[in-house]
Amino acid sequence: MSAPQKENPAESPFIELKSSSFTLPILKLFGNDLAVIGEQLSRTVEQAPDFFRNTPIVMDLSPLAAANQQVDFAGVVNLCRDLGMVPIGVRGGNSGHNRSAEVLAMAILADRNAKREAVARPEPAAPAKPAPNSDHVPPVAGNPTRLVTQPVRSGQRIHADGGDLIVTAHVSAGAEIIADGHIHVYGTLRGRALAGAKGNTTSRIFCNDMQAELIAIAGQYQVSENMDDSIRGLPVQVYLENHSLMIHPL
Amino acid sequence: MARTIVVTSGKGGVGKTTTSAAIAMGLARKGHRTVVIDFDVGLRNLDLVMGCERRVVYDLVNVIQGEANIRQALIRDKRCDELYVLPASQTRDKEALNKEGIGAILEQLSGDFEYIVCDSPAGIEKGATLAMYYADDAFVVTNPEVSSVRDSDRMLGILASKSRRAESNEEPIKEYLLLNRYSPKRVKVGEMLSVEDVQEILSMHLLGVIPESGSVLNSSNAGVPIILNEGSDAGQAYADVVARYLGEDVPHRFINDKKGLLGRLFGG
Repeated sequence: MSAPQKENPAESPFIELKSSSFTLPILKLFGNDLAVIGEQLSRTVEQAPDFFRNTPIVMDLSPLAAANQQVDFAGVVNLCRDLGMVPIGVRGGNSGHNRSAEVLAMAILADRNAKREAVARPEPAAPAKPAPNSDHVPPVAGNPTRLVTQPVRSGQRIHADGGDLIVTAHVSAGAEIIADGHIHVYGTLRGRALAGAKGNTTSRIFCNDMQAELIAIAGQYQVSENMDDSIRGLPVQVYLENHSLMIHPL
Repeated sequence: MARTIVVTSGKGGVGKTTTSAAIAMGLARKGHRTVVIDFDVGLRNLDLVMGCERRVVYDLVNVIQGEANIRQALIRDKRCDELYVLPASQTRDKEALNKEGIGAILEQLSGDFEYIVCDSPAGIEKGATLAMYYADDAFVVTNPEVSSVRDSDRMLGILASKSRRAESNEEPIKEYLLLNRYSPKRVKVGEMLSVEDVQEILSMHLLGVIPESGSVLNSSNAGVPIILNEGSDAGQAYADVVARYLGEDVPHRFINDKKGLLGRLFGG
């Protein structure tokens, strides 16, 4: 580095631009009633006022955007400031929300979660939730593999959030099993299996008897009709190679 | 404390009402006080199959809405003292049913009866889910063909997750497979799924196989539960099912083809 010189101010290292990451609290808004927001926010801040004093926060407006609701953005910002917080940006808002944010010189931050939620959204009111009994073991802390020991019936959907999924029974036609990691079916796979649901291209699907309606890894899918007859009914593993699904006997 | 049995399937037309009538009559004839309830509001059939359609005054919906008490709605079977029928409403719709109302009725019946057989409507909507909500046992009636098996599988998933037992984490509903309208000839030719095929897809306990039989139509026309027709193969199969359910060890008689005299002499 040359010594600072007055003749070439452009070359002198007065500034440095680097990237760094900070973990910030996200304030997610589920409604636009300022009075209720203010009340609930004050109660939360009261519990730990020091934590919130001078803390930069990001507002998540995705529920409002999904419901197409407007919000008094300046009002919310003032509420936060009154309670000692420093609102610095928004994410998940629609164009209307973003315009209000820009007017107030707030940053519009990327909504990393939008894509994940689109892939792994839980089933709407239909009775397709996994059975809430002890046979479907939820992931244990520190061990995100989900173990299912009962047959997965038609219409049921199992989602192993954040990890692998192991099924030690059959998966019926019309059932859906989804995992962010690998999927192992120690039985007959007749339904749909979607591995690498959050985009992990190294995820694989293993099964004892391949009769799946549809298989997918990180979004790359293949339906039963397009599967080679030679691998039907066999124990196989499925993986991605150069964006193509490979199905090989085990 | 009564044992509540739901006869369900998902698919329509597989033989739920025929089965409900036969099972209820079978249990009652063995001396167990039994009531069979029609949950198919608006499309009631149980009263026809039981032969009491001309004696219906009050029905399930009348009782739920307090317009009649249960004694007034129950119809005693003329052939068997221990058997009663609670018909569905024909003029109302299933919106008139609710969980609490059904729960109260079953609670009341529990005091007087040993077995409560609930004849479920087809589908997975309110009528079907209410019929199975309070069940202890489920007879899942399946025909040996792909759509019925798929729908039964769906129903099994619902039984495991949307019943009272599932919601309160009690011992789950006991599931029994009833393979109805089975034709060994067609299985042999490969037109129909075999018992093994169905077992492989559903993996559940096989309670019985009821053969396809012309006598079933004749019986329902006459308003007679098929189990009373002791000459009919279907009737005999239902009698075996009742015996098996009550704990007897009865071999399955109707899975293989019946051989005539010549067939047995010359093998094949």
